Amino acid sequence: MPGKSADKKPSFSDTFSVVGGNFDDAGRVSSRIKGILKKMCLPFEVIRKAAICTFEAEMNIVCYAQRGDITLSVDEDRIVIEVVDQGEGIPDIDLAMQAGYSTSTAKIREMGFGAGMGLMNIDRYADDFDITSEVGKGTKLVMIVNITEGS
Amino acid sequence: MKLSEVQQILDAEVVVGQDQMQKDVYTAFGADLMSDVLAFARPGTMLLTGLTNPQVIRTSEILDIAAIIIVRGKVPPPETIKLAEELNIPILRTRYILFETAGRLYRWGIVGCVDKVDAGKKRG
Amino acid sequence: MELGFIVKNLKLMVRSGSENLTVDVNGGYVGDLLSDVIANSKQGDIWITRQIHQNIVAVATLKDLAGIILVDNNEPARETLEKAIREMVPVMVSELPCFETAGRIYQLIAAREK
Ligand SMILES: Nc1ncnc2c1ncn2[C@@H]1O[C@H](COP(=O)(O)OP(=O)(O)O)[C@@H](O)[C@H]1O
Ligand SMILES: [Mg+2]
Repeated sequence: MPGKSADKKPSFSDTFSVVGGNFDDAGRVSSRIKGILKKMCLPFEVIRKAAICTFEAEMNIVCYAQRGDITLSVDEDRIVIEVVDQGEGIPDIDLAMQAGYSTSTAKIREMGFGAGMGLMNIDRYADDFDITSEVGKGTKLVMIVNITEGS
Repeated sequence: MKLSEVQQILDAEVVVGQDQMQKDVYTAFGADLMSDVLAFARPGTMLLTGLTNPQVIRTSEILDIAAIIIVRGKVPPPETIKLAEELNIPILRTRYILFETAGRLYRWGIVGCVDKVDAGKKRG
Repeated sequence: MELGFIVKNLKLMVRSGSENLTVDVNGGYVGDLLSDVIANSKQGDIWITRQIHQNIVAVATLKDLAGIILVDNNEPARETLEKAIREMVPVMVSELPCFETAGRIYQLIAAREK
């Protein structure tokens, strides 16, 4: 539940679910999360970093999993975005992290995604990034963006 | 440069955002890969692309893209237009190819825009 | 305009096909979707892209393009390079982003036509 105190940056936590394979709606949760962060009046660059990371992760659920949940938690000094999906999982994370590596389908590529830059992009924009995965079960990402003024 | 001037230079049709033609733009980013846009485009830039699916609008929203210029005369589908209207992101449509579009804008002083964060920064 | 002139002017790094830099460039095409480039590029176009996959060489050969410029310092994948060297297709790397690379080449071609 959103904290309703008059603090500039209240503690906040909420979870949003994402449906795999639903390309028309892909990105909706990220837009929503970006809107929430904007309302908190966080620095522009912080919101931008968090939004990009969330969007890449959401696209990966849509592309590679049946479903997933994105949890946004915000406190005084950082944004934590936890993404847990039930999907095919990633057999070799080091390989998946490499720029250009992708198992995307033609359909995904036609939409301009699937160039194998998503995880690399998350790694670049998040201040801290952790990924674990189990083949046949699912994947979990924890992405942290520090809230520093003027960043 | 105002979006209205961009419209003239590109002989473009305003698909969404007629009310935003006074917006100022200085930079452009050309790509058919949203992955690329996500990796390198800076906020406030124009996106020149041949893609027309709703994800282009989502990507633009996430990155605070100032306007989308759809090239090659492609017609965006209704779901794309609807989302752009909802999120208030202008779409212009030109029949020029991306090369010509970039060339014309470049000649009028628009410059490229790239986020220069280098990839290996954190992990060294 | 000779491809070599563009190479010099934009300080492109030539990775393959250096024997073919005298080829004539008629125009330019920017695109990252292979099916689009196959459908819409014209013979003699210089192709500007960030795709590094080996299929780009096949597209360039198929369409008789003057060469391929990879933007934003993107290097060709190893198989791409091997194939391009074998088929003598010029593959060049530009340190500029796509927009700027296209803009400058457009200017060069426009100036020549005057
Ligand atoms: N949530 C996920 N579930 C299963 N596989 C994934 C997931 N995220 C990424 N992958 C795998 O890692 C690869 C690289 O992912 P990414 O860097 O986002 O690039 P892209 O999505 O463009 O392929 C994907 O092609 C896919 O094989
Ligand atoms: Mg991805």
